[in-house]
Amino acid sequence: MSDTADATNDTSEQAGPVLAADGTPLKRSLNRALRRQKLSALLLIAPLLIFILVTFIAPIADMLFRSVENQIVQDTLPRTTQTLAEWDSESGETPGAPVYKALYEDLFIAQERKLHTRLGSRLNYELTGASSLFRKSGRGVDDIGEVYQDQFEDLNDFWKKGENWNALLGSDAWLTEISGWKKSTGDVQPPFEMREGMAELLPETAEYYAIFADFVQNDDEDNLYKEDPWALIYSAFYDDLTGPTAAQIASYTGPASAELGEAAAAAPAFETVDYKAAFSEIDKDWGKTPIWGTIRAYSPALTNGYFLNAVDMQKSPDGPEFRPDNERIYGTLFLRTLFMSICITVSCILLGYPVAWILANLPARTANLLMILVLLPFWTSLLVRTSAWKVMLQQQGVINDTLVWLGIVADDSRLALINNQTGTIIAMTHILLPFMILPLYSVMQTVPPSYLRAAKSLGATNWTAFWRVYFPQSVPGIGAGSILVFILSIGYYITPEIVGGTTGTFISNRIAYHISSSLNWGLAAALGAILLAVVLGLYWTYDKIVGIDNVKLGG
Amino acid sequence: MADTSATNAFVEFERVQKSYDGENLVVKDLNLSMPKGEFLTMLGPSGSGKTTCLMMLAGFETATHGDIRLDGKSINNIPPHKRGIGMVFQNYALFPHMTVAENLAFPLEVRKIGKSEREEKVKIALDRVQMGDFGGRRPAQLSGGQQQRVALARALVFEPELVLMDEPLGALDKQLRETLQFEITHLAHELGITVVYVTHDQTEALTMSDRVAVFENGRIQQLAPPDLLYEEPENSFVAQFIGENNTLEGVVTEIKGGTCLVQLDGGGLIEAKPINVTRAGERTRVSIRPERVEFNKDRMQEGAHTLKAEVLEFVYMGDIFRTRLRVAGTDNFIIKTRNAPDQVRLKPGQQIEIGWLAEDCRALDA
Amino acid sequence: MKFTTTLLASSAIIGAGTLAFADAHADMAKEMTLVSWGGAYQASQDKAYLQPYLEMHPEISAVWDESSNEAVAKLRAMNEAGNVTWDLVDVVAADAIRLCDEGLAMEIDAEEMLAEAPDGTSAEDDFGDLLVSDCFIPQIVYSTTFGYRTDMVGDTPPTKICDVFDTEAYPGKRALEKRPINNMEWALLCDGVAKDEVYDVLATPEGQEKALAKLDTIKDDVIWWSAGADTPQLLADGEVVMGSTYNGRLFSVIEEQDQPVAMLWDAQVFDLDGWIIPAGLPDDRLARVKDFVKFATDTQRLADQSQYISYGPARLSSAPMVGKHAELGIDMAPHMPTDPANAKNTFLYNYEFWADYRDDIDAKFQAWLAQ
Repeated sequence: MSDTADATNDTSEQAGPVLAADGTPLKRSLNRALRRQKLSALLLIAPLLIFILVTFIAPIADMLFRSVENQIVQDTLPRTTQTLAEWDSESGETPGAPVYKALYEDLFIAQERKLHTRLGSRLNYELTGASSLFRKSGRGVDDIGEVYQDQFEDLNDFWKKGENWNALLGSDAWLTEISGWKKSTGDVQPPFEMREGMAELLPETAEYYAIFADFVQNDDEDNLYKEDPWALIYSAFYDDLTGPTAAQIASYTGPASAELGEAAAAAPAFETVDYKAAFSEIDKDWGKTPIWGTIRAYSPALTNGYFLNAVDMQKSPDGPEFRPDNERIYGTLFLRTLFMSICITVSCILLGYPVAWILANLPARTANLLMILVLLPFWTSLLVRTSAWKVMLQQQGVINDTLVWLGIVADDSRLALINNQTGTIIAMTHILLPFMILPLYSVMQTVPPSYLRAAKSLGATNWTAFWRVYFPQSVPGIGAGSILVFILSIGYYITPEIVGGTTGTFISNRIAYHISSSLNWGLAAALGAILLAVVLGLYWTYDKIVGIDNVKLGG
Repeated sequence: MADTSATNAFVEFERVQKSYDGENLVVKDLNLSMPKGEFLTMLGPSGSGKTTCLMMLAGFETATHGDIRLDGKSINNIPPHKRGIGMVFQNYALFPHMTVAENLAFPLEVRKIGKSEREEKVKIALDRVQMGDFGGRRPAQLSGGQQQRVALARALVFEPELVLMDEPLGALDKQLRETLQFEITHLAHELGITVVYVTHDQTEALTMSDRVAVFENGRIQQLAPPDLLYEEPENSFVAQFIGENNTLEGVVTEIKGGTCLVQLDGGGLIEAKPINVTRAGERTRVSIRPERVEFNKDRMQEGAHTLKAEVLEFVYMGDIFRTRLRVAGTDNFIIKTRNAPDQVRLKPGQQIEIGWLAEDCRALDA
Repeated sequence: MKFTTTLLASSAIIGAGTLAFADAHADMAKEMTLVSWGGAYQASQDKAYLQPYLEMHPEISAVWDESSNEAVAKLRAMNEAGNVTWDLVDVVAADAIRLCDEGLAMEIDAEEMLAEAPDGTSAEDDFGDLLVSDCFIPQIVYSTTFGYRTDMVGDTPPTKICDVFDTEAYPGKRALEKRPINNMEWALLCDGVAKDEVYDVLATPEGQEKALAKLDTIKDDVIWWSAGADTPQLLADGEVVMGSTYNGRLFSVIEEQDQPVAMLWDAQVFDLDGWIIPAGLPDDRLARVKDFVKFATDTQRLADQSQYISYGPARLSSAPMVGKHAELGIDMAPHMPTDPANAKNTFLYNYEFWADYRDDIDAKFQAWLAQ
């Protein structure tokens, strides 16, 4: 006793840290002891944590990333976007010739890889008509290059054959390997290797031939040795022969140097291609600025375009601006979703509270029986329940028929209870009611009847006793039920779709539409992200006003 | 005893019956009347009907038959909140969402008492239970004893003339319970309020009450001040229920004058005071308190009947010794002796003779 | 980046598959997952193509997946996950075009992969214009048209599409699909735009406004549907006086359920439904699917399908072989959208136009709906 007391006195007099029995600082040894506990706790929850990460957090993170992801433009049109960066989009002029040439090169490769239509679909979200523009251009781009291809082939049959091109551009080692390779043996095709010096002598040809070789060998899995090159190679070849490196060709002595020299001599006299004119011929839109403005605006790998769209805005040369009135929908839908979710939550409280109260005050046996009735809706399919509401609520439906039969409503002025907000609120309230009743019931069960008795014995009337004593204690149940119902209803889309008509649909219906129908997943992700932010914001507000510890799901 | 002159009765039960299911009576023909300022305890095992009586008085249960009167007026049809009866519950029933002060102000608020007066009364009530500093706390931040003090203060703050307490100290530990028992009785007498107190703890009943009503099976078995109840139980249930008691069964062989002779089943003839026996040949249970049994021949009165006994167990309990004996065929005969310097400590196996005064030995119903 | 690599990988697999096909007939998969719309239409496919095929190849097992209405999104998700579990997917032509654009559907060589007509006409010629996308194998021609309650239109039943917009002559609710496609065209037609100018007009913002303004005149009388089963139900319940839906659905309301409903064959919009093969199938499954598709889209099979449902076969050569309904025993030809009596005034759906304008007009349409 006295020892401990002394020790305590000592340490309290010391200014330094409290020491454990072995002399280490108490804090550190405590931390060490706790760390082991924490680690074993972490191990216990690890399976769940990993499960949640993989099945929940990761998909959500992926989806959220899609709302800003915009790699596709850069990936599909790398050269175009690079050259386009120098274009002054406000000049009102279309970009210069190098941009069109880059577009030809990018589009040629993209259409071979069948990526151009996908880009078209992407850009069509921003610019109407882009979809068919790219589809059309993909078909036309082959013809542009053929101008050079024909001229080279007319000049010398040598240029017609893939073998000859390989002999010129491939390294000797590779040529030996490929000539001995047969597809039927099942061996891997020896990957193409560029002849030394070619990248300097014929830079563009070498660049595109490498892409061509890679595509043939790895994507098509054809024998490169026998494959005739793309028209793109001929255009590049022409550029090299007339370009800055042309002077070196005379000093080249490798294979096919004679043909190369001949081509170099003839090329300057070739008929040339005006890429700009050629594209404008494919579609006049290429000769106008909007498509270029769009490509440029969406060149970066990340974009805020989806988010702008999700709040009824769009990009413009002067920065973000609101869309015209006749295209604004999402603001209205967000507000409507919030408003109707609140209505649904309130009606769930109004209907669920008395039910939960009765359940909580009945003997356990009866309460359990009635609880089954409350849960019964969960056992039937959501679609069946919603469709049943259709039968109930429509103008020739059960409710209207009954009202007409009772003479409350005239036959020609039947009530519109469905395909509007009323329908959505009625059906959703019914579907979500158990989510209100269950937490209310479990919270009410924990309120002992003696509180009400105490209140009455203290002189409170039934109403005062309920309102001042019982109700405040059931508020955590209302809070939990409301959060459940509100968050569930904010993301509901099946029921509003079926009974909501045009005025009773939610933002989630548009998200579903963009996911499954328009395939604009970026916009869907942006809308979803905003919805998530709104819910988190409301949750935060709730925490600030009511306090989240004031939410109980039971006990 | 029970008929404390009806003229000044403050609380009255007249032929009250209560049944929940229409088949069994939980309370059978209850008659009770209390004068103003009395502290009356309803004592009994669980299910004996004592809590039901309290709830009927509070208005949370209605009597199936009979009349309950408060200050001369029948209150059968008056709702609980108009009866003006203070009540303290076993689980305190302090409103968890209100502070202590708000809890106390609640009965004043519903009585539309002005704010300043309210605050004053709350302060007085809290000070009265030494909880003056805790007005701003929530019930959950208080200990059990503190909560019960607050509950008490709340039941008293609107100055009711009658306060009901339903096993208020049941959840507290022994020491705290004893302190609070004293405080409650003290307060009740100081304020002159009438208290009906329900408990199943007989010590509590004996130490606190002016009178105790022993309930069993829906009836009051005996209604008497604590000393009478202990020393002169009127039937074997009360004798058994209140305090420690030795019971010997036998047959009355003779009644004469103020005493009777009982032939015990386990052998031996003893003298006893006839309480519930009227004629010879009747079966009886003889009741004798452990502290009235004597084994020291020097101290035994002359002419006392003695019985042979064998010591089975000796327990040292500090202030007293508790010795278990085998007497007349029963192994459960207890004697208690004071721990005095000259006191003998019996050893197991020892053969002794025990005896007592005839008036301490009561022949009750079998 | 991810898209690109997946696509490259999948096209590599296709390439390998095409080559393997010639000598790998024995390596065909024994299981097939077919995706369709469920209901009567899927049943007709089952009876006309699948069951006969399974009789010929008893070792095969095939399952139906009723996911066609979300096929585009699901295929995209499967493709991104690199695990396409479907072998053959039934979609409408517009979806086929989008799947093709997205690189999710395989390109089809009609000459090589589809059967010739009995008279030796090549498949390409037999399907003709209906091969609207490189990836699309047409099966049926259907039309979206109007049905009306015969007991709710008085003595003068509607005969023209514009009667839909005439709420005075035909009071009551109308059911229209909750999307701009078809509705915008009908609105313009009834606003005096010539049939061959409809899409030119609709391409302009003014034209879109014009169409919406016309729709505005009946907006309060419209119940908007989103599932094909809605309009038949609304007609049967008497909730609407007329409504648009697929002609096969109306056929079953009229002939099979015997409801007081009749068809309005005017300016019905022709559309196509058919198969696509998902991109990136492994060799053995691809071989099996090709074998099945060749069989399922031959002249006889397409003609057989019309015994079970009133949609026109997509092959010219099948038309003369359309017979009687398998259960009702009535002649199917008069119920076909392709029947000359029904096809007096039809409207041709412009896929290219809607591929471009879908997002733009849909935004305006939805904004208009929400007003």
